[in-house]
Amino acid sequence: MSSNLLSGAKILLECLVRENVDCIFGYPGGVTLPLYDALYDHPIRHVLVRHEQNAAFAAQGYARATGRVGVCCATSGPGATNLVTGLVDAMMDSIPVVALTGQVTTKLMGTDAFQEADTFGITRSATKHNYLVKNINDLPSVVHEAFYIAASGRPGPVLIDITKDVFQGQAHYAPVTEIHLPGYKVHGEGHSGQIRRAAQMIWEAERPFLYAGGGVIAANASDDLRKFVEKVDIPAVCTLMGLGALPAEHPNFISMPGMHGSYAANMGLTHTDLIIALGVRFDDRVTGKLAAFAPHAKVIHVDVDPAEISKNRHADLPIVGDLKKVLPRLNEALSELAPSMRPRNAAARQEWWKQIREWKAEHPLVAEVSTTEIKPQHLMAEIDRISGGNAIVTSDVGQHQMWSAQLIRFNEPRLWINSGGLGSMGFGLPAAIGAQFARPDKLVFSIVGDGGFQMSIPELATIANHGLPIKIIVMNNGYLGMVRQWQELFYNNRLSQVELNSFPDVEKLAGAYGFKGRVVENVAEMPRALAEAVAEPGPYLLNIKVTPFENVYPMVPAGMSISEMVLRPPQPVEA
Amino acid sequence: MENKPGALMRVTGLLSQRGYNIESLTVARTLDPTLSRMTIAVDVEPTAKAQVIKQMNKLINVLQATDVTDGAAVNREMVLLRVRTAQPSRTAILKEAEIFQARVVDSTTEGFALEVTGDPEKLDEFIDVMRSYGEIDVTRSGMVSMSLENKKLRLSPPVPTGAAQDEAFELQEVD
Repeated sequence: MSSNLLSGAKILLECLVRENVDCIFGYPGGVTLPLYDALYDHPIRHVLVRHEQNAAFAAQGYARATGRVGVCCATSGPGATNLVTGLVDAMMDSIPVVALTGQVTTKLMGTDAFQEADTFGITRSATKHNYLVKNINDLPSVVHEAFYIAASGRPGPVLIDITKDVFQGQAHYAPVTEIHLPGYKVHGEGHSGQIRRAAQMIWEAERPFLYAGGGVIAANASDDLRKFVEKVDIPAVCTLMGLGALPAEHPNFISMPGMHGSYAANMGLTHTDLIIALGVRFDDRVTGKLAAFAPHAKVIHVDVDPAEISKNRHADLPIVGDLKKVLPRLNEALSELAPSMRPRNAAARQEWWKQIREWKAEHPLVAEVSTTEIKPQHLMAEIDRISGGNAIVTSDVGQHQMWSAQLIRFNEPRLWINSGGLGSMGFGLPAAIGAQFARPDKLVFSIVGDGGFQMSIPELATIANHGLPIKIIVMNNGYLGMVRQWQELFYNNRLSQVELNSFPDVEKLAGAYGFKGRVVENVAEMPRALAEAVAEPGPYLLNIKVTPFENVYPMVPAGMSISEMVLRPPQPVEA
Repeated sequence: MENKPGALMRVTGLLSQRGYNIESLTVARTLDPTLSRMTIAVDVEPTAKAQVIKQMNKLINVLQATDVTDGAAVNREMVLLRVRTAQPSRTAILKEAEIFQARVVDSTTEGFALEVTGDPEKLDEFIDVMRSYGEIDVTRSGMVSMSLENKKLRLSPPVPTGAAQDEAFELQEVD
């Protein structure tokens, strides 16, 4: 193709088209004016959010629902600083996002110009990598590098800060076909010898246990995971980030492990002799007291990021590689060894499964239901019934997030969308916007608490604007429930600044934006109200008033071993 | 590491975000002007060391990070030192300078400016000795190190643009 003279803004859009970008979540401003002028009649769709933080969350929702790179855009100064929480959130959960920010004109940089901020410096630790573009000729390769870095290896956010003069300048544009990143190592295949040794260890184990995480989903390796699970017939837990990596209805799936995991999941981890850890990071919310975690287990750890190996828990057998490539080869190695090795521990493994079934039966994860009031768990069970394991659920952060993770089934990857690592309140609603744009065919529930919902209320306008048929379910207990739970359990029930009064009338609120909303206080009405919301072709806002003092159980108190979980609330002592 | 704006900040940021204080840091370009070599002296507890080095190796701008104390290496530092002294001590100072193989880079009636290189402990001694002759001013360069082992720099080859995104896109379509 012959080169032609284009503005920096147009060159940027050309590069985005070449990266298959179809949608940008953003908010315009002074220095991005030239970019927005170029967008005016460009086929790439721009979704105007109502706050830049939500542009980053929406881009994440898009990325989490598809595996493609989500793109967000903000102006210099406050626009860029507002993105930061969303970027750190994407960093913690390894979500591929490219953020485009405007920067003041090169000549004004460093002069405390209007809306100037050191975006490059501020986002250094908030991103996997970031760029400052002061020369229009650097722009094409930077954009392609950014997409490659965001999506490859362990995915993450990449920010490109672009000065206004670069947007406005003109240059001959020739498409870049190759990028050079000599210091960027993407680990692929995994070591063959290690894979073979892993297969051996797996057959040798008497009580093997699978611990699968978000890395499986990021690698699009769910099918290979299912094959692995069935080949070995291994009990499996998926972390908060990994829910859906194995279908929830799969007979080998137990639940989420950790702080609010099930009894069987945590007992399994405590008594296993071999953990197969796939795309996980032994997070403190999973392991509890690290020194007491899985005391009898050897660990096989497969991860694409070498820095995760032996970071928290020593890996007896590390494999650094892409699960999409490692798992099929591990499955092959397992098949080869199966005839000679599988029968060896058959009896012990049967015993192990028996034990796990007993644990499951002893303390199952079931929703408590009342006939007189709406228990939050009951609400999740109803949503689960409607979803049937197939709807997209975005959640905010807190008690509702844990109950959703415990009680709603996800039979596919990329259905459960939540802020796992950073735990950013306000995430749920904008993430649903991104997910619904990415998957218009899907039923999307946004389950939020009455706290987090109020952090992103402005996005109701975006939802109304586009008629997005998101079902917003506010699990309203009148409190910042998770903080209240901790105050109750660990701070002598001194409830400090956790009561949320003055929640708006949702019928009026949704009505003000032009869609339907309704409050539900009666348990008998709840299923019908949910059905009505789902039947509505447009958005729907439900305010479900649940019992205010419910706590999330099981629970491993912070700093305790996961074997010391508290299974249910202490029973009231009779006076 | 790549000789690019921000590369230094990424490396030092990994240390500062973990609360480590950098004892010394030197950086300059290599034979290949697009690359720089950096030597950082930092006290990191052994349990955290592997993690910090792995994190450094993950930085896009870093080609390779290693702990030179793991193997044979030579460490050197330079000191520029001004000593103000009374006339009678001048000869003695020159004698001491000779012992430390220091060079006189400036000489005035008030004293000398001396330049010396060596390993950091030796330089500490030199500074102590000079202090005994009068008032001193010192600038230390920070340590530069070179591994004496044969290590080849492994660089990633170029990749075609759009590779990562295409893969995800196809998977999505199958879905």
